[in-house]
Amino acid sequence: MTEPLLFELDTKGRRGYALPKLDVPTVDPADHIPTKFLRKQLDMPSLSELETVRHFTRLSRMNHSVDIGFYPLGSCTMKYNPKVNENIARLPGFANIHPYQNADSVQGALKLLKTTEQYLAELTGMDAITLQPAAGAQGEMTGLLIIKAYHNKKGNNKKKILIPDSGHGTNPASCTMVGYEVVNIKSDDRGCIDIADLKANIAPDVAGLMITNPNTLGLFDENIGELATLVHSVDGLLYYDGANFNAIMGWTRPGDMGFDVVHLNLHKTFSTPHGGGGPGSGPVGVKAHLKEFLPTPRIVEKNNTYSFEDQNNDTIGAVLGSFGNFSVIVKALAYIMYSGKEGLKDASAYAVLNANYMMKKLKDTYYVPYDRFCKHEFVISGKTLAKQGVKTLDVAKRLLDFGYHSPTIYFPLIVEEAMMFEPTETESKDTLDSFIEVMEKIAKEAVENPDLLKNAPISTPVRRLDEATAARKPDINFYQKP
Amino acid sequence: MSTYIPHTTAELQEMLNVIGVKTIDELFAEIPQKLRLNKDLNIPSGMSELEMTRKLTSLSEMNKTVDKNVCFLGGGAYDHIIPAAIDHLLLRGDFFTAYTPYQPEVSQGTLQCIYEYQSLICSLTGMDQTNASLYEGATANVEAIKMAQAQTGRKKVILFDTINPAYRRVIKTINGAQETEIVTLGFEDGVSDLTKLSQAIDDKTAAVLVQYPNFFGCIEDIENIAKIAHEAGALCIVCANPISLALLEAPGNLGADIVTGEGQPLGVPLSFGGPYIGFLAAKKALLRKMPGRIVGKTLDLDGKQGFVLTLQAREQHIRREKAGSNICSNQALVALNTTIYMALMGAEGLKEVALHSFQKAHYMKSELAKLENVTIPFTCSFFHELVIKVPNADSVLKKMEEKGIFAGIALEKYYPNLKDCILIAITEKRTKSEIDDYCKYLGEAIK
Repeated sequence: MTEPLLFELDTKGRRGYALPKLDVPTVDPADHIPTKFLRKQLDMPSLSELETVRHFTRLSRMNHSVDIGFYPLGSCTMKYNPKVNENIARLPGFANIHPYQNADSVQGALKLLKTTEQYLAELTGMDAITLQPAAGAQGEMTGLLIIKAYHNKKGNNKKKILIPDSGHGTNPASCTMVGYEVVNIKSDDRGCIDIADLKANIAPDVAGLMITNPNTLGLFDENIGELATLVHSVDGLLYYDGANFNAIMGWTRPGDMGFDVVHLNLHKTFSTPHGGGGPGSGPVGVKAHLKEFLPTPRIVEKNNTYSFEDQNNDTIGAVLGSFGNFSVIVKALAYIMYSGKEGLKDASAYAVLNANYMMKKLKDTYYVPYDRFCKHEFVISGKTLAKQGVKTLDVAKRLLDFGYHSPTIYFPLIVEEAMMFEPTETESKDTLDSFIEVMEKIAKEAVENPDLLKNAPISTPVRRLDEATAARKPDINFYQKP
Repeated sequence: MSTYIPHTTAELQEMLNVIGVKTIDELFAEIPQKLRLNKDLNIPSGMSELEMTRKLTSLSEMNKTVDKNVCFLGGGAYDHIIPAAIDHLLLRGDFFTAYTPYQPEVSQGTLQCIYEYQSLICSLTGMDQTNASLYEGATANVEAIKMAQAQTGRKKVILFDTINPAYRRVIKTINGAQETEIVTLGFEDGVSDLTKLSQAIDDKTAAVLVQYPNFFGCIEDIENIAKIAHEAGALCIVCANPISLALLEAPGNLGADIVTGEGQPLGVPLSFGGPYIGFLAAKKALLRKMPGRIVGKTLDLDGKQGFVLTLQAREQHIRREKAGSNICSNQALVALNTTIYMALMGAEGLKEVALHSFQKAHYMKSELAKLENVTIPFTCSFFHELVIKVPNADSVLKKMEEKGIFAGIALEKYYPNLKDCILIAITEKRTKSEIDDYCKYLGEAIK
């Protein structure tokens, strides 16, 4: 199955949309704009509305998605994206308001943002929330800027952020963005932070420790209390990467574990759709001692009237041109309200149940490097398949033939041939059972007919793609051939 | 239990049996007792879909919308016409419930859309290459500055205060945290002062950043700005309004090295500021410095055309702390939104959107100029935004709002020298009668 490019469907003279007739007297642009600034040529395809609709509809059918089937991509929390939330975000009162309107004219929007802040503060055990960051990685950077501002205000020029070797790739990259040096901390044989290595690296120039708990192995670090004490002993701050927040909602809170800064991914834990790679939303929560550093404007409520406040000398500034990805926040609030306190706690409970069930069932066939209860995700290793010359990549590709999306592969980096599964709470036992059966079947195929895996997938719109040539001779723009 | 969780009691029991525990609580046993949340969350109980919809609908109705009022607000977000077909396509679950195309064999839809998006953005900006998109306009400029710094090995950046103040604030926050020396230059008659630029630029300057048209709607002389930048060995970054580029010459043809901008005008709903989309396109020499995801065309094992994420060796998941940017994904669904918009409009439609906006803005200017007590402080060429000065701008804006008109952005907060000045945006969506009403009510409001 292939679909012609938009540019190959071009028929000069076709129109896909008509504007209302121009109803004002006209002037000649050349009389008002110097000729050198007037456009000479614009290349763009011309299609009818139906051709456009068909093109994109056909393309959509070449995607795997949560709506089509199981999507156990670890650390991505591919849970169901409720349909009603799309309706809510499209209500005229939410979709058709301009960011420069007066506060008086957007009281509903401001109340919505404030309410979301309050709920997220309660869920994380933090004292204040900013909804400004556009994504998880931007939340990380925002949190690190806050940490830096805190130390700078005290006159402490700290240089280092500690990150466990199981951390997400964005963690160290975000540190570089704000000018921090990264020190990697080893994991111990239980998959948690190696306390001895942490102690060896705790020093006065440590600005903070950035961790995910449960970590990317899906394991809860029960030493978190001790970790917090260690980091705080040198006035370092503890940063919580909320990518795995779906594991603990309503069970424990970063604020109670000793974290000073938290970011959440609304597009993971709070059911807002991933959109094929965005938009997301990455709110950041802080404890009271960091509140003054939050980005502005802040929304303040007084006598049930909401307004913006941007007078604050200690703020880090702004990380986005607006208040945040508003319509994503709307969907997250709709999810919180629908689920309620019980539903949110259940979401984590059943996410953890599903992950443990799958892990237990897969343990007979695959190697599980950390054999203990996991939280919402778990990691297995494909290294036992090496005898047949089969790699984790081959298992991942073979899963596509059965109509499933693959797990996250080759991450975390500390597990050889890693496969990371996150089933989420919205999947039924039937779905898990069918998937487990396929995983068992693939393990058998790896022994009996490894070529089936090495040549997989065969039933997808395209087969394995030549990534090497794509990188060597990049063809990334139709109008400019390599 | 929320209906989004499908388990029956019997299934729960079976699953617990398999795992070998009696209750779900046992699976949380590792969390030390003193760290447990041993109380209910202070969040209301769950509710039905209908109740939730009613509550949020009533909240939404507390907002005044641009449908029930007439919007002359701009400043980076514009009330353009959005074809109905777009949202129907965006609501296809195959698009919006997918994630980043990690497995290209089952993500060809998303990947091809991004390739088409990249090609259209290159065409619009006159550049060689672009990425799969960034968060929004302000952060696109942050990334462009970092690219210029990496390319030139220099730290200083010169920008003009005719650049959107919200963008400048984000640049100060993020680039400022990376020891960037940011020099901001003033304007003369609504456009950047090139004499000041020639004086400020030196061999430490990585880039000059200019907006086109600028925050006041004025058309900057980006050709000469690029020349001055290049003579000093710096790059020229042009932050452009994509709709304007159907009427205005592509920055790529006027010497820009990097073109950035806010993609919202390309059919994206206002949504109180987001999600929007940042675009960033560049000349060929800058390919390896480009942040974010990039999609490339290639072949599969059978020689069939296909698409993949490419040049990933630049990115955070490979390079970790050595990556040029921490961006993980893109604004895929919004990129799709703009791609469908451009496909429906085509070159002719897009030119019309730009031309109608231009014509209506120029009509409005001529009508405003007839009003007593209204002055138009800048004489420069403009696209579809202009600045006017009226007595008591704040009270005028309030009176206009009572008539159902969002009359513009008061500029004094961002430019203390521009007291009583208002920035007005006019798109193709405004009608002659709306413009005439504006002028009529403005005339009354300033009497």
